[in-house]
Amino acid sequence: MEAIKEIFQREAGRVVAALMVHLRDLELAEDCLQDAFIAALRRWPSEGVPRSPAAWLITVARNRALDRLRRERRFDHTEAGRWALENTPTPEDDMNPDDIPDERLKLIFTCCHPALAKESQVALTLQALGGLSTPEIAAAFLTPLATMQQRLVRAKRKIRDAGIPYQVPPAHAIAERLDAVLAVLYLIFNAGYVASAGESLVRHDLCAEAIRLGRVLCGLLDHDPMLRGGASAEALGLLALMLLHDSRRSARTSPAGDLIPLEEQNRSLWDSAQIAEGVGLLDRALALQQPGIYQIQAAIAALHAQAASPTQTDWPQIALLYDALYQRTPSPVVALNRAVAVAMADGAERGLLLLNELDGLDGYYLYHAARADLLRRMAIMGAAREAYSRAYALCPNPAERAYLLRRMAECE
Amino acid sequence: MKYIALIYGEDITQTPEEIKAEIGEYYAYETGLGARGVQYSGHALHPVSTATTVRVRDGKTLTTDGPFAETKEILGGLYVFDCNDLDEAIELASQIPGAKRGSIEVRPIMTFE
Repeated sequence: MEAIKEIFQREAGRVVAALMVHLRDLELAEDCLQDAFIAALRRWPSEGVPRSPAAWLITVARNRALDRLRRERRFDHTEAGRWALENTPTPEDDMNPDDIPDERLKLIFTCCHPALAKESQVALTLQALGGLSTPEIAAAFLTPLATMQQRLVRAKRKIRDAGIPYQVPPAHAIAERLDAVLAVLYLIFNAGYVASAGESLVRHDLCAEAIRLGRVLCGLLDHDPMLRGGASAEALGLLALMLLHDSRRSARTSPAGDLIPLEEQNRSLWDSAQIAEGVGLLDRALALQQPGIYQIQAAIAALHAQAASPTQTDWPQIALLYDALYQRTPSPVVALNRAVAVAMADGAERGLLLLNELDGLDGYYLYHAARADLLRRMAIMGAAREAYSRAYALCPNPAERAYLLRRMAECE
Repeated sequence: MKYIALIYGEDITQTPEEIKAEIGEYYAYETGLGARGVQYSGHALHPVSTATTVRVRDGKTLTTDGPFAETKEILGGLYVFDCNDLDEAIELASQIPGAKRGSIEVRPIMTFE
């Protein structure tokens, strides 16, 4: 049963993508996939898992779709209607898996269409491409089930009724649309990454799912003659970034669930194979000479990942990379990170001067935490304790609150 | 599919010269639509001060002065396009001169068998 669920999750994207070519209706495609999954649960345990599970699932789901369209007599002028009129059901093992084109790139662009709300793009991508159920997605985003159900149904109907096309966007729109796809994958990853250990495990699975989808995306881009090369540099950069962040997973929290900051992590717990893969992907991306925000952030993460200790980290280089990032996304949060890197490279005093110049971060706990860390290093304990307590009051994450409390005590 | 592009912006406050220049922009836009072979129709609306809102409640007609919603950006004109899909409708809408100053709302038009 568990094995079938795993196969199902791996193949769901391909099946839905293949069905969408004819149906142009994500609700109908998902329903038919569910029916095919139920048929698999009934038949595979006795008949054995078919040679190509994807081909089997596509055929069964496709037959189911034909059945439904015929029963509802939907031979109308739509694409689905014409398709239902011209095709007949086929036996499950008749289809050669190599004859079924992989249409997932179209599905990714459709799910991440800017005419849909960002939160809907995220949910649709996890469902249609990730094969996650609505309750799983609702749990992962701490959203009531009814809200998530409504969000997904509404988005699927908008795709159908507003005529959101099922295609890889044309050249003039590709850069903007690919950015939207990457933003969705990064949102999924971050939702899992910031989750505290106390929260349910399903949230951490989001990191793994975002990485899996990132791999799928990079593979698909690589096979597309128009999109391979330069256009895919940021996709590679994002995959590298996610792998490098995720490589620190087991070192980031203590057994009690407290957050361990980068400088105090046991570096032998970092996943060296994943770091090597991330660095390799980043090198491939940089060679394409199309720099972007994900590659810059991955380069910063790679410098951390390859340093033997906090003091042996190439802080001047990291400060330069934050400069480059700030030029592209001039946010106070990037400026904050830059100031921290400068503090490590040139001393806490310089960093503190930069931090004091920043505006608009008074309500942001990491700003006060960074100030507190620098003040503590400069042995100005009273001010440090005060800054830690400001950070503590603003911090939403229980694991990080525990860390701030510990620091505050050290300043007594 | 058919789409309607509703052009929202601030009510007319331009000088006659500015209005003349804007009409020129729209003329060029529509020439482009024609050259592209897009079936369309378009209308510019009189200022919002000429609007009247009509409701029928309990069989009684209530007529009031003014637009449906009193906002800074008002409906100034519209186009109806017949085009392939939402991506093409968005592309056509993005070229409407009013998109630079105000906002365009794009909605699919329902068709009945």
